[in-house]
Amino acid sequence: MFDKLKQKLSKTREIFSRMEQLFQSSRPREELLEELYELLILADVGVSTTDRIISGLRDRARKTGSADLKALLKQELVNLLSSQPAAVNETWPAVWMLVGVNGGGKTTSAAKLAYRYQSQGKKVMLAAADTFRAAAQEQLQLWGKKLNLPVVQGQSGADPASVVYDAIQSFKARNYDLLLVDTAGRLHTYSNLMAELEKIKRVISREIAGAPQEILLVLDSTIGQNAIVQAREFNRFSGITGIFLTKLDGTARGGSVLAVTDELHLPVKFMGIGESEKDLLEFSAESFVEALLS
Amino acid sequence: MFEQLAEKIQRTLKFIRGEGKITEKNIAEALKMLRLAFLEADVNYKVVKEFEARVKARALDQEVMMSLTPAQHFIKIVRDELTEILGGEAKPLTFAGHPPSVFMLVGLQGSGKTTTSGKLARYVKGLGRNPLLVSFDLKRLAAQDQLRIISKSLNLPFYGMTAEKMKNPAEALKELMTFTRNRGYDPLIVDTAGRLHIDEELMEELRLVREILEPTEVIYVGDAMTGQDAVRSAQAFEEKIGLTSIILTKLDGDARGGAALSIVYVTHKPIKFIGVGEKFDKLEVFHPDRMASRILGMGDILSLIEKAEQEADLKEAEEIARKIKKQQFTLEDFRKQLQQLKKMGSLSGLLDLLPKAGPFKKMGNLDVDDKKLVYFEAIINSMTPAERENPRIIDGRRRARIARGSGRPIQEVNQLLKQFFEMEKMLKKSDFQKLMKNI
Ligand SMILES: Nc1nc2c(ncn2[C@@H]2O[C@H](COP(=O)(O)OP(=O)(O)OP(=O)(O)O)[C@@H](O)[C@H]2O)c(=O)[nH]1
Ligand SMILES: Nc1nc2c(ncn2[C@@H]2O[C@H](COP(=O)(O)OP(=O)(O)OP(=O)(O)O)[C@@H](O)[C@H]2O)c(=O)[nH]1
Ligand SMILES: [Mg+2]
Ligand SMILES: [Mg+2]
Repeated sequence: MFDKLKQKLSKTREIFSRMEQLFQSSRPREELLEELYELLILADVGVSTTDRIISGLRDRARKTGSADLKALLKQELVNLLSSQPAAVNETWPAVWMLVGVNGGGKTTSAAKLAYRYQSQGKKVMLAAADTFRAAAQEQLQLWGKKLNLPVVQGQSGADPASVVYDAIQSFKARNYDLLLVDTAGRLHTYSNLMAELEKIKRVISREIAGAPQEILLVLDSTIGQNAIVQAREFNRFSGITGIFLTKLDGTARGGSVLAVTDELHLPVKFMGIGESEKDLLEFSAESFVEALLS
Repeated sequence: MFEQLAEKIQRTLKFIRGEGKITEKNIAEALKMLRLAFLEADVNYKVVKEFEARVKARALDQEVMMSLTPAQHFIKIVRDELTEILGGEAKPLTFAGHPPSVFMLVGLQGSGKTTTSGKLARYVKGLGRNPLLVSFDLKRLAAQDQLRIISKSLNLPFYGMTAEKMKNPAEALKELMTFTRNRGYDPLIVDTAGRLHIDEELMEELRLVREILEPTEVIYVGDAMTGQDAVRSAQAFEEKIGLTSIILTKLDGDARGGAALSIVYVTHKPIKFIGVGEKFDKLEVFHPDRMASRILGMGDILSLIEKAEQEADLKEAEEIARKIKKQQFTLEDFRKQLQQLKKMGSLSGLLDLLPKAGPFKKMGNLDVDDKKLVYFEAIINSMTPAERENPRIIDGRRRARIARGSGRPIQEVNQLLKQFFEMEKMLKKSDFQKLMKNI
């Protein structure tokens, strides 16, 4: 599994191969720290989190007298990312929601999760709660066809909460294990759209006690500092249980999740590394950081 | 966000102002703060550094060093450089001398190509053109359906592409061009599948399509929320495919959009439009100066300050600002301000400089009419000092007297008072107060 991630990410290791080089050179500590700072900034970690990480690194390096800054940084990042338990709530039956800004990869990620749990023998159903975007319903419908899964959809322009309500009735009647709710992309700055999300969640909790078990914020790894505001706002409106970090097969580092974890204590749970249903990895801080620094 | 950054730059400003004259040391300090603001706006780190070098070189210029208003000078340099890199004037779309023109949209997955294809089609239709939409995305599920539905909702023609046809791409493209030409469509708007810039195979495919279609516009559609990676992807598209222009999407959010600077910096291609919503009328012509302000996080507030300081009596302005802060703003102050505004040029022009978001959002709704301001001044001139200090004592009889004295209808007196009370209310809003603190 790590191999797959590494392989996918290795194409674009230029930044972190530079990191390797600089680890091996024996220059003064401050100079090394300065370069690490730059590398973290270029990975979208953001100024304040980078500052925090670097000063933590400086302290540790001083205390331990260690010259192996690489090992220290790795540890520092792993600690940061594991400060919250990232275990996926795999109790069944369950309803999971995918939420996030436009074009981040919600629909594709829903399909990936569906495929994953279907492969484990779970009975999975999809709900197309994006009734706004052109052909959003068709997109999920085609995924259902491809994966041979039922998809509940509504009319274009219908109230998404009512589509979800219908899906839940069918989900309960047919005794399925997992209902994945694909929601429309929305920017967190539209309060009416955020309220809509709140409503969907309310309908789910009302119909099934303890649901939704997972509300995953789909975060595009190419996004910079706005990721933090997104996480904060989506969390405020719908409550986030974890992050699904997508498009890690590109050259973006996805370092903004470090800032999100640092500030909001939200765990990353899954990673998307391609456009096919198979391109999904469960998150592991070690492998993420390892791949990041390798 | 807005307040935070405004605050930071203001601190930088004050810092320089306090020193009286620019020295190398305080420029370094100001640049450091600027760097922070840029990084928070997601401008690429390397671009930031190069930008800094440019600003520094100009700021250390003799003329600036000797300037009596170094802060304004410094900020002006920053803004000028920023606007210049972003492209100066807004640039229009290029149409072919011999129709049909072909516009091809390319970019990473999910950046907004398909939606923007629809927006562009609607836009050129409004210019009296006759667009045809086609999508070469045969990869993403329902990609064809998406553009078909969009075309239908816009009442515009759509050319269906199929995997079957595309088995022989050269033939399929020739057929498409013949169809377009024969029916007199112009432009042909070509949506393409999202792809990673490191996917050599898909990039090569795109390059071939470009070669055959010879588009007049190859438009890179980029997401405004993109972080440091923006330079890498845009540069790769420019190098491997060749671009003519850029459209930045999702600017209706609160991302500061530093990617705009990064992308233009590495591709040297102009941003022509911005996407500001999911609906198809949410396409706007790009304004470099507004983008510069957004990246700096502060609207055109700086030029407002600049203008005010240059043209108005500084002491008076400070006194008014102080009163606004203490919420002791009276009609007498309003009159003084009107006089100053006259000196500074038209009020509508000034209001245009204010950022369209944040605490000033509501300002746009205020009814501004320059002629009216002259009348307002006349009306206030007819009031007694007591009335100006406390307009609440102005009853019906006083209103009639003031109307007579100023030669304006009584409705106008009422309107002035109403507007003044509105303004008073607005000034009490906490976000406005917060902002004033930083000025
Ligand atoms: N390379 C890559 N592309 C991805 C990944 N996840 C999704 N995509 C692509 O990103 C684009 C957008 O994905 P969608 O799943 O439609 O995104 P969405 O969030 O549902 O979009 P909206 O519903 O319009 O907000 C598609 O072209 C996907 O194929 C990933 O992990 N890697
Ligand atoms: N808020 C907002 N959303 C936008 C804007 N432009 C596009 N979108 C949304 O972004 C999402 C992705 O847009 P698409 O047009 O499907 O993107 P694409 O680049 O064609 O995606 P792929 O074909 O999968 O690569 C959709 O949800 C759009 O509605 C914009 O300017 N503002
Ligand atoms: Mg979707
Ligand atoms: Mg598309």
